[in-house]
Amino acid sequence: MKERYVYVLASLLTVVGLSVFFYKWQVLGFPVSENQETPVWTIESAVKFDSGPGSIKVQLHVPTLTPGFRMLNENSVSRGYGFSLNYGSGGREAQWAIRRADDEQTIYYRISVYEDASVDQSDTTPPFPPLPVINEPLKTAVDVLVSEVRDHSADTASFTTELLRRVNDPSPDPNVELLMTGADSDADFVGVVTTILASARIPARMVRGFPLAGRQRSASLVAWLEVHDGDQWLYFNPMTGEERLPERFLVWWRGNEPIVSVEGGSNVEVGFAIQENHLDAVAIAETQAAQRDAFAVDFSLYSLPIRTQAVYSVLLMIPIGALIMVIMRNFIGIDAFGTFMPVLIALAFRETKLLWGVVLFSTLVALGLSIRFLLDRLRLLLVPRLSAVLIVVVILMLFISLMSHRLGLETGLSVALFPMVIIAMTIERMSVVWEERGAADAMRAGAGSLVVAIVAYIFMGMSWLEHLIFTFPELLLLVLAMAILVGRYTGYRLSELRRFRALSTD
Amino acid sequence: MFASPKKLHDIGVLGLNERNADYIARFNPRRLYPLVDDKVLTKELALKAGMAVPDLYGVIAHQGEVRKFSDIIRGHDSFVIKPARGSGGDGIFVVIGRGKRKRDNYRLSNGLFVSEGEILHHISNTVSGQYSLSGNRDTALIEYCVHFDPTFADVSYQGVPDIRVIVYRGYPVMAMVRMPTRASDGKANLHQGAVGAGVDLSTGETLNGVLGNEVVDEHPDTGALIAGLKIPMWDFILESSARGYDVTGLGYLGVDMVIDRDRGPLILEMNARPGLNIQIANGAGLSDRIARIEELYDSSAIPEERASVARQEFPAAVEYQASLF
Repeated sequence: MKERYVYVLASLLTVVGLSVFFYKWQVLGFPVSENQETPVWTIESAVKFDSGPGSIKVQLHVPTLTPGFRMLNENSVSRGYGFSLNYGSGGREAQWAIRRADDEQTIYYRISVYEDASVDQSDTTPPFPPLPVINEPLKTAVDVLVSEVRDHSADTASFTTELLRRVNDPSPDPNVELLMTGADSDADFVGVVTTILASARIPARMVRGFPLAGRQRSASLVAWLEVHDGDQWLYFNPMTGEERLPERFLVWWRGNEPIVSVEGGSNVEVGFAIQENHLDAVAIAETQAAQRDAFAVDFSLYSLPIRTQAVYSVLLMIPIGALIMVIMRNFIGIDAFGTFMPVLIALAFRETKLLWGVVLFSTLVALGLSIRFLLDRLRLLLVPRLSAVLIVVVILMLFISLMSHRLGLETGLSVALFPMVIIAMTIERMSVVWEERGAADAMRAGAGSLVVAIVAYIFMGMSWLEHLIFTFPELLLLVLAMAILVGRYTGYRLSELRRFRALSTD
Repeated sequence: MFASPKKLHDIGVLGLNERNADYIARFNPRRLYPLVDDKVLTKELALKAGMAVPDLYGVIAHQGEVRKFSDIIRGHDSFVIKPARGSGGDGIFVVIGRGKRKRDNYRLSNGLFVSEGEILHHISNTVSGQYSLSGNRDTALIEYCVHFDPTFADVSYQGVPDIRVIVYRGYPVMAMVRMPTRASDGKANLHQGAVGAGVDLSTGETLNGVLGNEVVDEHPDTGALIAGLKIPMWDFILESSARGYDVTGLGYLGVDMVIDRDRGPLILEMNARPGLNIQIANGAGLSDRIARIEELYDSSAIPEERASVARQEFPAAVEYQASLF
């Protein structure tokens, strides 16, 4: 009956711990492995213009739907301007307005994005475009081209590919030549292609953005072609007809409209600069979760001051050490002094490193023990004797530090990190066991403590584990569940299989 | 090197984890521990229930009372000093006589002489808690030193052999005789090197012994055969230990008794977490016997009835005896 409560409690803790863990990992994107850095691109657009005499209104297209990228943050720098973000036909538009401005003005808009493959094109299916009104003789040229391309294609995608092949032909046919006169820039070129596609009743639009790569002082917009095949938007390279987006292509805005319109200003120039940074994946997950108002973030340890974080990254490993202790005690049956003394020693090993830790610890206990035996001859009362041992331990630590410093062994200095009270108690307990049960028992329990401390150190020193527990403290519920389950383990300990082996021989 | 867990389970061997989780945690509520952890209290309870215990000469509870020592022992040549909350026989001084020439020299059971100063230091250590289970302040008991029965003279070395009976919910389930050796420094504690010998509950005869975790058939110091000794007043011992349950309320209990030459079986102490080596000494597992008691359990049975159930149900394992000879 009690058994059932234990299992229910343990599974409850496991379920809660694991679900919070999975939520933070999968949904909020907290990284499970350490030092995971995500490249973050910051794109800055600067709008420069000479202000006119009257009021000024600036409208800039800004990224709305960005397949493959997620926005980390955005902001605008503009002195004295009123700022707002609106939705226009081509997506979001940033709008700045001011009653009066003098001379040359520069307005900055900055956006930071990072790659996230889960973000895809979630645009709605567009209606069939209306037939464009085209004047003769262009109309005939378009009609001929469309019917020719239609004969050589099977569906929207192949139609687009065939069309792009024809319009990019180095020796184009006369119809194409006629249509493309005057299309000097890439944007104009893509504009003409979308018009031709519209004549064939294929929804198409121009996409402009940047392939993000490294740091670029002045990045230029790249025009791309987007065609809807009835199910989804397809991307085409307007120059080659290849159906794909460039690597790391950030879509800035869609449509044929110019990127910026300035009312009341002249000599408008737009420049883009791209900067690549690497940001800790945890920070990105936090920002993102904060945007979603996720409550998990309010309880994240990363919100603590750095110094406190450092303390907790160590403290959170103590449950791991305690679990090791539980396993060593109840499954293996190793004798050790004090229930959690080995865990504290393992904590000290973190600073001293293993080899030095073992050497220093053994030296300290051995010296302390011999002095404890000397003190025994004085027949001191218990508490004064304990205090005397403690004082001797402190003096010994000081001595070891000074000696190792003289010898140029700086690791010896870290002896000061050992929990001296714990060591004094260990020495006392060990000497009592030594007297009462003999040296063998005392050494065995001492060695047992050291073995447990070493194993605990190895586990508590695993940096991936430390990161995991620190980022997902809810995993401690799992550790708790495990400790509770072991608490109901009624099987034999490994040491008992040895102890009772006389019983199993026939 | 290692026994297979399945085999141990088949024999019915009880492990530490199972003992702690299934029996101690279930039948020994913490609030009852003080009754057995404090030997002064245990003694009072046992006396009240009409059980025989070694006489208490005096109690030293504070540092200031240490000098009362010589008053307490006046008129007693032999006595035992023990911590009221000690465990595993630690901190017990057995004084069996005084020096011929110097009255303040005491002879210990191991043959050594100690001065009164050393004894007083030992008492003050005891009082300040050196041997207590929790390290808290403690009380030193000074009591009658048992003159042990000649039955065990050949299988003891400088100390008093005692009888440990495991009592499960008032029913004795297993017993052993613990015989001091030179290695155990005269103490009847298996952890310290004493020999444990199983007991046939139906006859009160000793079986083979166990030293450490190994089976032995001779006492390591005297060379005397361990098996086949008939424990005197066995029925009384079983009934007294069964009564230990009524006195303490502990469902999983170890009762330690000694047999005094003049006064018969005396209760020395009781233990809320008795060890498991008794199984090696008996060549039998506790789990099976506990399971048998669960079948027969009768909450209204009086100690005498429970003792007789034990006599009927738990004779020595037959195959084990056969393997001896």
